[in-house]
Amino acid sequence: MRKIFIVAGKELKSYFISPVAYVVLGAFTLIMGWFYFNLVARFIQLSKIYELFRRPDILMRMNLNDMVIQPLFYNMTVILIILTPIVTMRLLAEEKNSYTDELILTSPISTWQIVLGKFLGAFIFFLIMVAITAIFMIELFAYSNPRPEFGPVVSGYLGIILMGASFLAVGIFTSSLTKNQIVAAVSSFLILLMFYVINIISPSVNSKTLSEILDYLSLIKQFEDFGKGLIDLRNVVYYLSFITIGLFFTKLSLDSLRWR
Amino acid sequence: MIEVKELTKKYGDFVAVDNISFNVEKGHILGFLGPNGAGKTTTMRILTTYMPPTSGTAIIDGHDILEAPDEVRKRVGYLPENPPLYNDLTVEEYLRYVGKLKGLPKGKLNERLEYVIETVGLKEKYRSVIATLSKGYRQRVGIAQAIIHDPSVVILDEPTIGLDPNQVIEVRRLIRGLAGSHTVILSTHILSEVTNTCDDVVIIHRGKIVAADSIEALTTKGEGVIRYRVRVKFPEKVDSGQVESEFDFVKDVDVNPHTGEVMLTVDRDENIDRVAEYFVNSGAGLLEFAPMATTLEEIFTRLTIQ
Repeated sequence: MRKIFIVAGKELKSYFISPVAYVVLGAFTLIMGWFYFNLVARFIQLSKIYELFRRPDILMRMNLNDMVIQPLFYNMTVILIILTPIVTMRLLAEEKNSYTDELILTSPISTWQIVLGKFLGAFIFFLIMVAITAIFMIELFAYSNPRPEFGPVVSGYLGIILMGASFLAVGIFTSSLTKNQIVAAVSSFLILLMFYVINIISPSVNSKTLSEILDYLSLIKQFEDFGKGLIDLRNVVYYLSFITIGLFFTKLSLDSLRWR
Repeated sequence: MIEVKELTKKYGDFVAVDNISFNVEKGHILGFLGPNGAGKTTTMRILTTYMPPTSGTAIIDGHDILEAPDEVRKRVGYLPENPPLYNDLTVEEYLRYVGKLKGLPKGKLNERLEYVIETVGLKEKYRSVIATLSKGYRQRVGIAQAIIHDPSVVILDEPTIGLDPNQVIEVRRLIRGLAGSHTVILSTHILSEVTNTCDDVVIIHRGKIVAADSIEALTTKGEGVIRYRVRVKFPEKVDSGQVESEFDFVKDVDVNPHTGEVMLTVDRDENIDRVAEYFVNSGAGLLEFAPMATTLEEIFTRLTIQ
């Protein structure tokens, strides 16, 4: 366990030594801020229009949860699919490129400890990223009347964290396959994109089972309930299995390096 | 301390290491010699548990590399051909990280850190970022990481490659200093390195061991190659044919046309104590009479060029 934290600590430190952390954090905050600003602006505009037309019935139905918070979470998933491959790309590819794999693989540390340590380092960095967006939520809760519901915010963040961890698990796996960081990032992005849109054809698929399977596999479909404020164990299990499989493949890939 | 037993490593059909066995005694420095591509790096990677052998095994400090790799890893310090450095860390951060990876407890770590920095001479670069270091300093950091956890066995793969002559001397002195408290395997294709630093030599060629012995034994035993170099001056000018016909035991006669001095060699098998007498009786002046030990270069060339 101690070794896992040693590796995680080193990874986290490396993020903030290199410019990667600042570029990723900056880009993420900027884009999320832009989305947030536009969603809120549209909400205000619509509420003014309905006020003008004296439609209290519609005004009553408008709420921040559906019109700002939920879309913001969906936007976040798209940005994360682009940015997490950049977070994970160097994790193992760099070890091979700088020959440090010979150091780490001849140290008294198990493959699992290496994989979990690297994953944990990236995960903590990802949490820092996501934590920044809490500013928007705090603002919404502080200045809106009536306030949005708290439940969907919690479930949404839980969904984002599980989904992000799944992205990281794919990224660390592709990083273990190559010593080229760009190749690692691009292939991770492609795999994630594929799982993101895998159910796009499911409405037009004849077989009901197949369409259900496609829906089940989709990273975004599994997020729907979280977005609405539901925490369903099935969705949690889906993401946890996704993470486990990703990390397990990474371990296999590293082992093959060790025992090639 | 290190027992290598019938180690074989195949990459597909290619046999990189072919059934090699050797031992290294505690506190000795073993020179692992061979031309490029002979299987040195492969052997070292197996001994450090980076990769498994196809067959055979090795016992390092009482632990089998296949059965107890983690025990071996704790006891082995390894400097690969390319020093495994994280360029974005400082020397201090890097060595601390390696120390922790190797399982050093915190108190011990500071103590070792101080010692290692002192030993390899990194004091003034302690807080520098590794990316900014010169080749020589990078190599020192590499050696520092190999000994940070006070391993009983240190394995160094071509530690002096790419260094300038002064740095080479320094690194050799450093390695020499490790002997006694550490058992060292050092691979190289530079022969003088072995003569200067090592106690024993294993010469490997195309995956096979072609010679394994102590340096003295290898150079003096030399399979009848010891000869004597003799420099004589005859009262009158002679040519090489004359000398050869007069003294039938001499070889490689070479006459210097300006001084009239004659260089020749005599096999060890000859009756050495009589040789000088022959020359003196013939009225020649004996200028030099010296044994010629075979150099490692000669042994190496003879063993590996086939």
